Amino acid sequence: MDLRYTEAEEAFRAELVAWLDDVLPHVPPEPRRDDWAGRRAWDTAWQRMLYDAGYAGINWPREYGGRGATPTEHLIFLEETERRHAPYVGHNFVGLLHAGPTLIAEATEEQKAFHLPAILRGEHVWCQGFSEPGAGSDLASLRTRAVRDGDEYVINGSKIWTSFGHNADYCEMLVRTDPDAPKHKGISWLILPMDLPGIDPRPLPTMENSTEFCEVYFDDVRVPVANRVGAENDGWRVTMVTLSFERGTAFVSEMLIAMELTRELAGLAKRITSHGATRWDDAGLRRDIGRLSGELDALWALTKRNVSQAQRSGLVGTGGNVFKLAYTDLLHRLGDLAMHTINRASLSMDDLGELGTGKFVLHRIHGLSLSIAAGTTQINKNIVAERILGLPKDR
Amino acid sequence: MDFDLDDDDLAIQAGIRSFCAGRFPIEVVRRGELTDSVVDTDRWREIAEMGVFAIGGDGLTRRQAALAFEELGRALVPGPLVDTALAAQVSAAAAAGDLIAVLLHEPDPVAVVEFPAQARAVLRLADDGVHLAEGVTLDATSVERPLDALTPVGLLRTPPPAGDLVGGADVAARMTVDALVLTAAQQVGLAAGATELATAYAKERQQFGRVIGAFQAVKHLLADMLVKAEVARVAVHAAACAADGAGDGDPLHLARVAKMLAGDAALFCGKTGIQVHGGMGFTWEVDAQRYWKRACVLDTHLANGDRLAELVAAAG
Repeated sequence: MDLRYTEAEEAFRAELVAWLDDVLPHVPPEPRRDDWAGRRAWDTAWQRMLYDAGYAGINWPREYGGRGATPTEHLIFLEETERRHAPYVGHNFVGLLHAGPTLIAEATEEQKAFHLPAILRGEHVWCQGFSEPGAGSDLASLRTRAVRDGDEYVINGSKIWTSFGHNADYCEMLVRTDPDAPKHKGISWLILPMDLPGIDPRPLPTMENSTEFCEVYFDDVRVPVANRVGAENDGWRVTMVTLSFERGTAFVSEMLIAMELTRELAGLAKRITSHGATRWDDAGLRRDIGRLSGELDALWALTKRNVSQAQRSGLVGTGGNVFKLAYTDLLHRLGDLAMHTINRASLSMDDLGELGTGKFVLHRIHGLSLSIAAGTTQINKNIVAERILGLPKDR
Repeated sequence: MDFDLDDDDLAIQAGIRSFCAGRFPIEVVRRGELTDSVVDTDRWREIAEMGVFAIGGDGLTRRQAALAFEELGRALVPGPLVDTALAAQVSAAAAAGDLIAVLLHEPDPVAVVEFPAQARAVLRLADDGVHLAEGVTLDATSVERPLDALTPVGLLRTPPPAGDLVGGADVAARMTVDALVLTAAQQVGLAAGATELATAYAKERQQFGRVIGAFQAVKHLLADMLVKAEVARVAVHAAACAADGAGDGDPLHLARVAKMLAGDAALFCGKTGIQVHGGMGFTWEVDAQRYWKRACVLDTHLANGDRLAELVAAAG
């Protein structure tokens, strides 16, 4: 057990840092939150820069154009890019972290040759068509139908929580191809070009009033059978294969932001005065900050453990569920504490005066989504109880 | 970087676990309750022979010691284990298991000592260094009803002898880190032990025609316990690695974080374990109470969770 980085890992870091210091001053300012065309261009331009420097698809195998970095190098990459506030994966999220790895594992050589380089270069943006209005935590109950008609599928139904659905070129899509089979056995995984007739993405504003999410409607959308990945009715397994690509790094950037916010909150508490004392004079607040920052130190260590286990065995296992439960709970408490600390300034998502409080309000809202997205806290607790503690499956 | 247990670590963990199962099964541990001789001196020597008190140098690394102390905590092994392991760094008698040593904590709000009848050495970590008084008998009024029946306590009537300065400020600083890390490791053991006991009960206790562990309300309590214990465990391992010089961060800071989180986890899991047991959890015969009570004792050691949280915040 050794938490220090090896010489090779430090050499990787040094090379990366030198490159980041070189290019980051030339990255234009981030577009406004609701400028979706601008955001797409900004995100994909960064992806192209990564590609040209050999950092695109950092954890992808070399034979598919990736860097083939170890999980530890991936951790270092995320650590250094986040510390320097480099652009985040943004519009490239689904392609790089989800659809791409699925294609690598399950697609035909022809499908791989067409799609993988375009994802790496930032030319194709992907979105995800998994959840439905009637299929959330119980994803396998999805009902969007794909009916075979010659060498095409005809798709009818709707998908929800489709990030960048109005801005994407392709959708990784789960459809029901056999309604009579048990629910996990009648699903297929399709590559869906988003410019086909009959696709209608409608923005679904979040409680931040951001329009990143879409609800996407499908009305007799015809897609070639050749766009299927894996066998017909084998789509659930194809999806599960992708989940095994997780190497314990899913929330690293997130967590570094939370660490920075916790430090900034302590600084803010020292500057805000009311009733003749600063917020920092309140021992209760100091204890809350101490517990949050200690927990973040522990979660950083847990990330390193998950990454180490992935490096050894190729799998994170249940450490990922433990991490997400602890992290999202922490995030809610950090958000609450920030709101109490800035009190009346919490009424605005924009900064008021010099205090820089807007980000705490936005981050508080963001935290509410994290305990729901990618498996709610309640589903995660069921998983921990059943898979780690061995309690019986029962709803 | 490799933050995973290696084969040596796993062997030590398994060795101490099987030692505890053989020599400290819960029936044996309970036997000492509310007696003046909670610590069985023969078994105390056996703990020393297992190498648990030999930390640093040719002995256990800090991370191996943390694994060992987690097992001692899980088995509810009674006695001033951490205090004696610290004393063993400066006393051959303590290292051999011939001497039971206690660490003196701040009189806050009163001067309470643990194991007043059996302690024969007093250790004090001060700014100027480590003070050890060997071969002493404490002048204390024993308490009839200690919170933890396996941790007898007394109120000091006169201050114990100051003893000799056996190590400088640097040794005291290192021992403070060791004390925090090893106590935290025991607390993780308590948290894990309470979780395992409650999980086993939830798999066998039936109500409404099924085992209570099938109900989500109970499942989620147990999941919460596991998460708290796991997060605390990695904090302890990170702190132990730092104390070994193989870490990432300041050893004292990480040790404080570890004890804060492990203490919180032990208290939470102890209390929640009682809840999962329902009415039986409130009885003397069920061991759920024993984990919680020991957690309460260890939380007061060195600095409690709230105090540590303030220290961690100040280091920000």
